[in-house]
Amino acid sequence: MFTLVPQLVIGAADLSAAFLFLFGLKRMSSPATAPSGIRVAGIGMIAAVLASFLYVFTVDAAARPHLLINIALAVAALAIGGGAAWVAGRRVAMTAMPQMVAIYNGMGGGAAGGIAAVELFGGRTHGVTELAVTLLGGLIGAVSLSGSAIAWAKLDGVIKQPWRVKGQQYLNAAVMFATLVVAGVILATASGALGLSTATWIWIFFACALVFGVLMTLPIGGADMPVVISIYNAFTGLAVGLEGFVLQNPALMIAGMVVGAAGLLLTLLMAKAMNRSVANVLFTNFGTVAKARPGAIQGEEKPVDAADAAIKMRYASSVIIVPGYGLAAARAQQKLYEFVKLLIAAKVSVKFAIHPVAGRMPGQMDVLLAEAGVPYDMIFQLDDINDDFATTDVALIIGANDVVNPAARTDKASPIFGMPILNADKAGQVYVIKRGQGKGYSGIVNALFYGPNCEMVYGDAQAVLVKMIEAVRGLGAAAA
Amino acid sequence: MTLEIAMTGFVALYVFMLAGFAGWVIIGNVPAILHTPLMSGSNFVHGIVVVGGLYTLFNATTPLEQAIGFFAVLLGAGNAAGGYAVTDRMLAMFTTSNAKPTHRRARARVHPLKKS
Repeated sequence: MFTLVPQLVIGAADLSAAFLFLFGLKRMSSPATAPSGIRVAGIGMIAAVLASFLYVFTVDAAARPHLLINIALAVAALAIGGGAAWVAGRRVAMTAMPQMVAIYNGMGGGAAGGIAAVELFGGRTHGVTELAVTLLGGLIGAVSLSGSAIAWAKLDGVIKQPWRVKGQQYLNAAVMFATLVVAGVILATASGALGLSTATWIWIFFACALVFGVLMTLPIGGADMPVVISIYNAFTGLAVGLEGFVLQNPALMIAGMVVGAAGLLLTLLMAKAMNRSVANVLFTNFGTVAKARPGAIQGEEKPVDAADAAIKMRYASSVIIVPGYGLAAARAQQKLYEFVKLLIAAKVSVKFAIHPVAGRMPGQMDVLLAEAGVPYDMIFQLDDINDDFATTDVALIIGANDVVNPAARTDKASPIFGMPILNADKAGQVYVIKRGQGKGYSGIVNALFYGPNCEMVYGDAQAVLVKMIEAVRGLGAAAA
Repeated sequence: MTLEIAMTGFVALYVFMLAGFAGWVIIGNVPAILHTPLMSGSNFVHGIVVVGGLYTLFNATTPLEQAIGFFAVLLGAGNAAGGYAVTDRMLAMFTTSNAKPTHRRARARVHPLKKS
């Protein structure tokens, strides 16, 4: 009877949490209701965490002497981990959101891996199925932890170049194989087949899994990060769901599997937006393919003064703006909206066109524009706006490259052939704000830049936009 | 007497299947403009792993188990708190140009993977 009430309360709290998570995510399907959605999910989380302290009434006899220390450790861990992440989450710049999300993915994966480790070291799993599920969850969680750490390092600029060696796929496959063999050994030792210390094998198992996560993520380039972040989101969800099964906790199972499915869906969407398979993103070295093709494109890039471009846009009737990672890198979203407001005041129709893989994570450009104060009814996704380019006076491209490369439509030899692109080249006039004359991340020559209707504004996006704002303001002053 | 329901074999698979299906359908309805908050929001949801971490830590008996359990709770708590903080911040930024935010549901949404 002593344990019945706590179990009942925990069960009810976890059930409410699972419901509130689903309900909260459901409310995220519109920007208008989304803020309440996350709050609803937050209430579920608080309820579940508070109720889980009732587990102290249900612990095994063996753990009872340690209970006070364990409770103190739990409170300290919650305060330190939760507090530090809360402060970091409140302060992080919107442009740094991809690496922040990568860290949180890794943390969740690490927590799932930790649960698996304690279950394994303590010998708490019963039967082959439970042990196998624990190992699988631990493997996925550990891969997500170390892989997300590398993804963070790449996104934050700590690691600048993708690390690639010959035969990398074989190396990765070998490490994966070794991990699975060790998992097999642990399964075998549990049923008494091998005389070696199980603890040693568990250490080797987690070491192999962590190494695999590092090796798997190192060769992947910056522009493929939307896929990678989505995958680790799915991985962590899956690991949490599997450990939920081991702990016999349906709330973890449901929450983990919902996130796993969500991450899988986003992963497939991102891969589709690049016209590549997920395997192709993970296992091929993208940048190396492009160098085989020397400039088959006629013409040259024509530079134009920022002020001239700005004035042309001021007197246009419609402008579509295509932002890319360069906008985030230059942190120019506020200046961009300042410029756009001047255009709108001059009765120019302005729209934003967002490619699904623009930036370093799904939807990053939408968040940056929202931060600058751009209303979301001015922001359009690829399918909704692509037909409008042909009837638009000016397309302004800021720090985007591959997503507007017409070679994807026409040039069968191009590595990005078949990728859905924004048809910016069909606009009457195209302006491209770009740091320098070099190629973009992927190393592919962009045929758009050489087109007869395209002019290039070289410079840092922020500096160029300041000049454009001044030019349009100066015009207004001269007229008055 | 105990309240525990054994979640074994097929019962667990049914839970996984239904939850996966629910996730796929719910997330499929989220517009692309919200993909980043959606990702950090689902990120927050897998922060529920902290509950599993707490359970594991409470039942830890050796210093090694306590150490790993401590880090599991630490990381899980960071996942949950951080995921919430960034999602809430991002969602607060989305505004319309209309004074009154209208419920933009008029257009029937096709599941994104079904498009073209």
